[in-house]
Amino acid sequence: MLETPSTPAITRTIDARGSFCPGPLMELIRAIRESQVGDVIAVWSSDRGSKIDIPRWIEKAGHRLVALETRDGYDEIVVEKLR
Amino acid sequence: MEEPLNLVLFSGTDDKLNAAAVLTAGAAALGRPVNVFLQYWALEAFRSDRIEADHGLAPEAGVAGREAVDALRAAGQASWAETLRQAKELGGVDIEACSLSMDLLHLEPGDLDPLVDGVEGVTAFYLAAGGGPVVFI
Repeated sequence: MLETPSTPAITRTIDARGSFCPGPLMELIRAIRESQVGDVIAVWSSDRGSKIDIPRWIEKAGHRLVALETRDGYDEIVVEKLR
Repeated sequence: MEEPLNLVLFSGTDDKLNAAAVLTAGAAALGRPVNVFLQYWALEAFRSDRIEADHGLAPEAGVAGREAVDALRAAGQASWAETLRQAKELGGVDIEACSLSMDLLHLEPGDLDPLVDGVEGVTAFYLAAGGGPVVFI
């Protein structure tokens, strides 16, 4: 596990474990729309596609991927809303 | 502006409708407009009194395919209708019923689930499609 001092505090965590592709991304987009610029959102996903798709979506949508960590049976993807 | 993705849905089985719903949601997530045109058995699956019913699977699914689909659903997979609702929440998704299929199936707009935005003919569909790809499912 990586702990870096520059990692910003998580504003909101979405537990999308048990949701299948593209459910976790759908939930993340909804959360981002409800958030303010600078908010940091973590999404938990047990779906295999999301750890590939969500970082690519983050890049395309112009946000920042803060962290992607594989935990016990799920991935935590952390994104900072930039726009 | 990016060309829309245009899906013509013909088949009314849950597996094909789910594949179409996932394609729609993915495009909507990227901000790409999606036009969905419902024909024949796909349109019938959007009847408000049947949308949540079991619509079966494509013949190639077989017994093992049926079990796999049931297992994913039991594990919490969203229905295709729910995935389409989520996609529409993102915006840019327009779902239209084919007027010929409405006549074929003796349907009125009020018979359809609110996911369906309206009824149009094939020319209106092509005009909305612009230069984007047309995918038939």
